[in-house]
Amino acid sequence: MDETALRRTPLYDLHVALGAKMVPFAAYEMPVQYPTGIMAEHKWTREHAGLFEVSHMGQCSITGPDFETTARAMEQLVPADVLSLKPGQQRYSQLLNLQGGISDDLMITHSNWKGLEGSLYVVVNASRKGFDFAHIEENLPPGLTFKRYDTLALMALQGPSAESVLAALNPAVKDLAFMHSGRFELAGIEAHVSRSGYTGEDGFELSVEAADAAALWQKLLENPEVKPIGLGARDSLRLEAGLCLYGHDIDKTTSPIEAQLNWSIAKRRRADGGFIGAHRVQRELLGGVSRKRVGIKPDGRAPARDGTEIQDESGRKIGVITSGGFGPSVNGPVAMGYVETAYAANGTPVQLIVRGQALPAQVAALPFIPNRFKR
Amino acid sequence: MKYSKDHEWVTVAGGVATIGISDHAQAQLGDVVFVDLPKVGRVVKAHESVATVESVKAASDVYVPVSGEVVELNGELNGDPSLVNRAPESDGWFFKVKLSNEAELNELMDKAAYDKFVG
Repeated sequence: MDETALRRTPLYDLHVALGAKMVPFAAYEMPVQYPTGIMAEHKWTREHAGLFEVSHMGQCSITGPDFETTARAMEQLVPADVLSLKPGQQRYSQLLNLQGGISDDLMITHSNWKGLEGSLYVVVNASRKGFDFAHIEENLPPGLTFKRYDTLALMALQGPSAESVLAALNPAVKDLAFMHSGRFELAGIEAHVSRSGYTGEDGFELSVEAADAAALWQKLLENPEVKPIGLGARDSLRLEAGLCLYGHDIDKTTSPIEAQLNWSIAKRRRADGGFIGAHRVQRELLGGVSRKRVGIKPDGRAPARDGTEIQDESGRKIGVITSGGFGPSVNGPVAMGYVETAYAANGTPVQLIVRGQALPAQVAALPFIPNRFKR
Repeated sequence: MKYSKDHEWVTVAGGVATIGISDHAQAQLGDVVFVDLPKVGRVVKAHESVATVESVKAASDVYVPVSGEVVELNGELNGDPSLVNRAPESDGWFFKVKLSNEAELNELMDKAAYDKFVG
């Protein structure tokens, strides 16, 4: 990759000053880890609070004459129930292609920010934002406007201490429920705060003007409960939490039903369809799928990485690992992958072909560690 | 102690080389969580990939810098792979090779040259 083409986030200089190892990720130079390393960062997040910069992700909004019109337009693109979102509430969903495969996964919020009430605020993956933004804009009916926020930074504060850390800056954030958001002043900075994240822990995502990002980042790091966490630990945290990574666990060939994201598709949407890719989703809901995303727990200590072949005990290929590595909180290797449906039950013995050797493993329930979202 | 361009180190006693990865290499890899070692008795050729070291993030090949026969493994690494991070150039050794061509040692760098190599 041409390094001169890599983009920098608003906090780039602060990551470098903290001693971060910077790596190319989705065309950005991002911190993969700080000097303490992925293992310590991962455990710190589970036990205290980890601060992540995720400004490379895509933030945008869709605005129409009223919320219902805007929500119905978005429902053409995603299988989630957008219409029932209350002001400030958000949902996880997927952009689907005509074949019912996943173009990206995303968070959709019914905005309650001053001046943006009734709009949808949407956050998409960094690696897909070019496609997503064009796709959403192209598919909007006349009278709706699309806006991307290239001047907003995004950070995530995750872990059991996240609430007390943020409440020290503004006690009102305590009242935010999981998957709800609002506008809060934090240390004199206007921030869009949502109670969400991608680690399996309680926590918040904070969207602020890029010009304010460094001040908020440093204010949060002043709290001894907070340490900066890189993308390496972000990946091991989300893997233990059983959460999908786009391009690995879900992609344009996998459907939300194969990916076991059925929970993100409301009853009304299943019955009525009316979204791109609905044909496959409805067919699979009725008739089942030939492969499913499952957790995989190797019996031994060797991690099985993305791309590892999964076999049944007789040596027949039944699937492939899509995310795999070492889970610091599990203290052992963990993985996710797709297997033929007949092998998807928890406890099913399988074998993983790692460096030519068949290693015993079992289909395991996700998440590997219990989620601790604030309910 | 001598070093290879692939960041392995070698010490030799009585025609047997002890091999591990350098402190620089372990720092680059980060937390080591698993080491896959060759079998005792395997005949290896210099520069061949014979072991794998797994960090949280990724798997990396370990190249044997000298030719010979694998005669001993560091069993401690099974139970405590983080030894590679804590003591990379001593207790965190990987395996021992009975040398078949001692002349290959001349191709390796001394510590001063290796330090310069990794900058």
